[in-house]
Amino acid sequence: MASQQPVVSLKGVNQIFGNGSQNQTIALKDIQLDIQPGEFISLIGPSGCGKSTLLRVVGDLIQPTNGDVRVNGKPAPQARLDRDYGMVFQSPVLFEWRTVQHNVELPLEVLKINKAERERRAREMLELVELSQFLKHHPWQLSGGMQQRVAIARALAFKPPLLLMDEPFGALDEITRERLNDELLKIWARTKTTIIFVTHSISEAVFLSSRIVVMSARPGRITKLINIDLPYPRDIATRENRRFFELATEVREALRAGEASRAGESEKLH
Amino acid sequence: MKTKGFQYYLPTIVVFFAVLAIWEGGVRVFNIQRFLLPAPSVIFTAFIDIFPRLISSALYTFRGAVLGMLIGSIVGILLAFTTIRFALIREGLLPFAIAANSVPIIAFAPIMNNWFGLTNQLSKIMIVAVIVVFPMMINVARGLVLVEPAKLELMRSYAATPLEVLLKVRIPNALPFFFNALKICSTLSLIGAIVSEYFGGPRGTLGVFITQEAALFKFANAWAAIIISAILGMLFYLLILLLERVSIPWHASTQNTNEA
Repeated sequence: MASQQPVVSLKGVNQIFGNGSQNQTIALKDIQLDIQPGEFISLIGPSGCGKSTLLRVVGDLIQPTNGDVRVNGKPAPQARLDRDYGMVFQSPVLFEWRTVQHNVELPLEVLKINKAERERRAREMLELVELSQFLKHHPWQLSGGMQQRVAIARALAFKPPLLLMDEPFGALDEITRERLNDELLKIWARTKTTIIFVTHSISEAVFLSSRIVVMSARPGRITKLINIDLPYPRDIATRENRRFFELATEVREALRAGEASRAGESEKLH
Repeated sequence: MKTKGFQYYLPTIVVFFAVLAIWEGGVRVFNIQRFLLPAPSVIFTAFIDIFPRLISSALYTFRGAVLGMLIGSIVGILLAFTTIRFALIREGLLPFAIAANSVPIIAFAPIMNNWFGLTNQLSKIMIVAVIVVFPMMINVARGLVLVEPAKLELMRSYAATPLEVLLKVRIPNALPFFFNALKICSTLSLIGAIVSEYFGGPRGTLGVFITQEAALFKFANAWAAIIISAILGMLFYLLILLLERVSIPWHASTQNTNEA
């Protein structure tokens, strides 16, 4: 796998907001990260660690202050123009004036794909997220979990090689969240899409990921990479596996260590 | 939308007839003079007697209100689109529009009469148009601008062109704001049309009719004209409500589920 071209390659990426001003914040500091095809990467860290910012930098939704961002070997802006990734936000961001089917068709319309093909793909994607019987419904007629599944179907509609997910299940209850975790893994297995997944839930990150990127705040940086060697396919049993708890503990300790080092730094300053 | 049963409207109906009964009874018991307040029965008789004149005056005035609203809305919408296209216009014109929105435009009626002619309906139409322009412009501009930021990020992730963002996000987003403006303007335009006629105009108009009948102490006739303008105002509002339900069912429905 290492010989393949990485899907995402970040080198020396810095993101400074309010550059030069008094309340300048270093959102990302010297980020180095290579993501291989087919990986499921979770970015985890406390709020303010820049995990959402990092996701947006990869998606060219914001430009980094400096550093090199490559997606499929191309600079991030070019990758965006080539529609190399699909995006899922914390809220479903469905268009309330469109039916479920037409929401999924939205990116396909922008890609100028003809009507028959759009319809076929929308059906296919909604089948994938098990919402086939809700094609003609409007978003407000669905539950929060169902809306988020529509958002996933929409992000996958043009079959992007990369899926960027910004705390997609953060607003859902625990039960719905675990069910969607299962579904997401099934979708990942079937589509072979590379996924970058932002979360602040340790168990969610361990359950889903093939690799976890632990981040720390002020300045936002990567403090540890943890390989999750739990075998796929994962299910309920995985969550009760001893190794699952060991890995969760490792992530938790890495998060603590990141916090502690920051506390140490600020003490030195005072 | 589900039709609500008779029981839902019962309190409204009861209040309506109770007010009429108290009005009628009060006028009779306290022997209130007709020029102060005619009884509903007297107004009703007048309403029937002069109905043909009322209806022709009302239609004339209504036509002025509708035409003025049409012109004002078109200009307001065009201005709203220019505000999102050109930052200079947004920063220069929008504060002015918001200030102009609080100006009692009706005060310009005599000037409009002077410009376009007292008996020329254009003077009334223009007053209505000017009244409508600013609320329409402000509301539509807000609808075009106040888009959920994540929707714009999503369109950016699709590498959508500004035109696609306008057509697929901003315009649909502005539709509820547009209908809101129409509702506000339906009332404003009728007020504008009638009050501008108070400053003079042809005989067969609601405003002139009301002032003249009042001047002649035919208050029952004046009241009858006021009632038909009230009915006209409500019908106009309902028409727009209906148009809204048909054009943007997704929005009306969300409102209903929120209420439930």
